Formats: sequence, C-alpha cells, structure tokens
Amino acid sequence: MKLIGEKGVKRILMLTAFSAISALLLIALFILSEGLPFIFNYGLTEFLFSSDWQPHLGKFGIYPMIVASLWVTLGAMIVGAPLGVAGALFLSEYVPKSVMNLIKPTIELLAAIPSVVYGFIGVMVLAPIIRENFGGPGLSLLSASIILGIMILPTVISISIDSILAVPQSYREGSYALGATTWQTIHMVIIKASKSGIIASIILGMGRAIGETMAVIMVAGNSVNIPHSPLDSVRTLTANIALEMSYATGLHRQALFATGVILFVVIIILNSIASVAIRKRMVKR
Amino acid sequence: MIKNSLLLSLTLITAGLMIWGCGKGKTSLTLAGSTAFQPFAETLADQYMSSHPDIAITVQGGGSAVGIQSANSGAAQIGMADLVVLPEEAKALTATIVAKDGIAVVVNPQNKVVNLSTDQVRDIFNGKITNWEEVGGNNVPITVVSREAGSGTRSSFEQIVGNINLKRDALIQDSNGTIRETVANDANSIGYLSHGLINEKIKALKVDNQECTTESIIAGNYKIVRPIYLLVKGSLQGEIKNFIDYILSDEGQKTIKADGLLPAK
Repeated sequence: MKLIGEKGVKRILMLTAFSAISALLLIALFILSEGLPFIFNYGLTEFLFSSDWQPHLGKFGIYPMIVASLWVTLGAMIVGAPLGVAGALFLSEYVPKSVMNLIKPTIELLAAIPSVVYGFIGVMVLAPIIRENFGGPGLSLLSASIILGIMILPTVISISIDSILAVPQSYREGSYALGATTWQTIHMVIIKASKSGIIASIILGMGRAIGETMAVIMVAGNSVNIPHSPLDSVRTLTANIALEMSYATGLHRQALFATGVILFVVIIILNSIASVAIRKRMVKR
Repeated sequence: MIKNSLLLSLTLITAGLMIWGCGKGKTSLTLAGSTAFQPFAETLADQYMSSHPDIAITVQGGGSAVGIQSANSGAAQIGMADLVVLPEEAKALTATIVAKDGIAVVVNPQNKVVNLSTDQVRDIFNGKITNWEEVGGNNVPITVVSREAGSGTRSSFEQIVGNINLKRDALIQDSNGTIRETVANDANSIGYLSHGLINEKIKALKVDNQECTTESIIAGNYKIVRPIYLLVKGSLQGEIKNFIDYILSDEGQKTIKADGLLPAK
C-alpha cells in the first residue's frame, strides 16, 4: 500500500514534532501575556519581595510562597536525594543484575501512583504522626518535604542507576586490581565517574518537587506564611495558583498568572542546569 | 490522503448534524456561579426539565464571582452568588434570594468547648486568642482553618463576624469538604463550613448561645447566615422567570431543604 509516499511521511512527522513545540510556545506566550503586564504594573520588586498576600485588599506579594517553594524543594532533596542515590548505588553495585532488573521497575512504579494518592496518605497517615509527636498542625513544611521526597525517588533512582551503569567495567576492575574494597571502589571511582549523572538526576527530581501541586496542597496546610520551623504550615507557588484560580477575577487572576511566570522562570533555570550537567557527561564519555 | 480527508469531512458533517439536531426546537438556559448552590441547581434543573421537556438547562460552577460576571456579560442567563453583600458590578442585575445557608463554626468532637461569643470567634481567627484554655477548653494551642481568598463562604463569614483579618499561620483548605476532614483529624482545630455539611465527625459550636440548626436559622436566632442569590440581567421574564418561580415554589423549596440548605422564606 503506497497511500502515503516518503515525502508524505516526512511531512506528517514534521507536523507532529512541531505540534509539541508549538504547544510549549503557546503555553509560554499565554502565561507571559497574561502575567507580565501585571508584574510591570504592580512592580517586580513589590511582587517578589512583599510578604502581604491579601487579594481582596489588592496586595499581592509572593515572597512567602517563593521562600516556601524553595524550602519545600530543599526539604524534598534532603529526604529524597540520599535515599535515592544510596538506593541506586546499592542496586547497581551490591545486588546481582537479575535482582536489580526486578527491583528497579518496581521502584519506577512509584512514579505511576497519582499525586493525589500521595497527598491522601500524607493527610491521613503522616500529618497525624507529626502532629502527635512534634506538635504544630501536622499539615506542614515537614510533611510536604517527606511526601515530595518519596515522590522524587523513582526519578532519582532510575537516572542514577543509568549513569552508574554507564561507568565502564574496566574502571571497577582497575580499582579492585589495586586492592580496593567494594565501598572504596564506590566512593573513589564510581561516584566520581558518574557524578554529573547523579547530579542531573537530583536536579530533575528537584524540578518534579517544585512543580508538584496536588500533593502539596493537601499536606502543606497552605498558610501564606514565612516558615520559622519545619512544623509551620506553608503555601508553595503552585499551590497558590491552584487554590485561588477558581474564584479569582480581574487583578487577582492576573496576579496568579504572574505567579505562574515566576514558577516558569524558576523551572526553566533548573531544567537548563540539568541539561548542561547531562551534556557534560555525554561529552566526557 | 484523499480517502482520509473524505472520512474527515464525513465525520465533521455527521457531528454538525448531530449538534444541530440536538439544539432544534429547545430553549436553552444556562446557570453559572456559586459552587455551594451548584449541586442544588443541578437537581432543580433535572426536576424542571423532566416536566418541561422543551427546555435544556445547563448548570456550571466557577464561584460567585464568575456568576456575577457571566450574568453581566450574558455568558449565562442566570448567575448564582452566595455573598452577603453583593459587589458593585451586581447592582445592575435583578437579584432573587432563592435559599439561605448557615455557616457553622466547627471544632473536633474531642474539644470540650461548646459555645463561643462572636467576639471570641473574631479573636480566634485574628490570632488574638491562641489557646483553647482562654475560651474554656484544654491547655492546647488553637489551629485555625480557613478557606482560600475569594471563596464565597469565607467572605460571607468574615463580613458577618466582622473585622476579621485572618492570622497568617491559619491553615487554608480549598473546599467545605477538606475543611471538614482537617477539623475531624485535628483535635485542636477550628474551622467553618456550610451548615448542611455538618456530620458526626465534627461538632458545630453555639455562637452567642445560639445553636446552628435549621430551626434556629429559620427563626432568625443564629446570626451567621448568608443568602443565595440568582442574578438576572434586566427584568424577570419568559423561561427565566418560569424557572426561578419553580425554584421558589413549594416543590423547589422542598428540594432545597431536603438537601441541606434552608428555604428562602
């Protein structure tokens, strides 16, 4: 059947490829066109560094939410990165390959659990534990960090494993030949050789953590508040948009789009760092 | 290529015919706005459509602000709003009160406090009172739970109680249901929600010694009550008037009452 010729296939593929890019462009343009005018009218410094968010009084300062987003992301890193990297090292260096091939897909299943389920577990299990043992409302920076830390595990583990497995076998053999133990080989050779890949995995996990919305809305408590301790309730940038979008009109709505612009910029920066780190690794090899 | 485009145009024509066929001979009516009244409007619309097959009623949510906006712009013939004081933009619209909704101040059933004065409620939400001991409870900190900015329930609550400037570290939940869950899970918390949604997992407080019950609200004793408005551009006439009349009829008001709201009269 020669219904579509060689050129036709090329055109169709090109069209499909461009539809993905144009979707990105459209989204970027839309957010910027809705959000930028507000930022210019309201004043960038006032918007970024004022801590009053009172839409009904016309005060739109997102400083507490920027701080909260960064803290929550950092907290998720503190929980998720060591667990993820340690898990990846264990699976790739200590465990037979057949076992790893069984466990790795299982961990990747974590990524298939909808974020609302993570949030639900956070509200029902984690928050009461924190409330009863440490005090505070339970819905807090700490619970958001723990939940997000678990959510980024599959990203961190699977990309770390890939980069650790990419370390040439001859490096390991060389290390063992010099009399190094497995642990000495890991921290002197393997981690050094796969460093950029591991860093990239952590940054990608970070992108996931900062962009997560549903689970965070459910477990973080959402007060517009600069946190003084991990037990304080916080509201992230994403949560702010999702919480108030349904009721917002006029200036308030524009302010939410402007929040989106800031979030967009933050995520672009993180992603570029990640892709630079990954590219470095490719060049090295 | 030719085959594909033929198929595509056939599909389009069929779809077009179907849409045209559906709309034919029916008057359509759109309601939009308050999410608190949306489920009631849907039930009422279903009942009304079953006795008036020539009318198609669509009910959309979006919140009170959307209700006012779309009634003004004509995007919906009827806007729904659950605010105590209608904003400037709504002044030009014809407003009909179709139901009332009490807002209950709720705490965890383990809390031994049963009554608060309006002043105490205000001070708790403003962060002046931070421990349950100050209002007759145990010596534990108060966790305040409120709704997000822009919510009709929140603005009504704040306007009726008066002078509320919500304390910064109050938890914010985005629906009546999540407020109920939070209060049910946290023994130290206080929140507020639509009175129809009270269940055994939470306890409604008396405010100024008045219980938040249907009887007390109808008698006018319980103070925190908001009206639910239907907003129409211009005067009430034709199908719009018929539908609103139906909501205000005994049958319509009975439906409203059965599902937890209070009748308008």
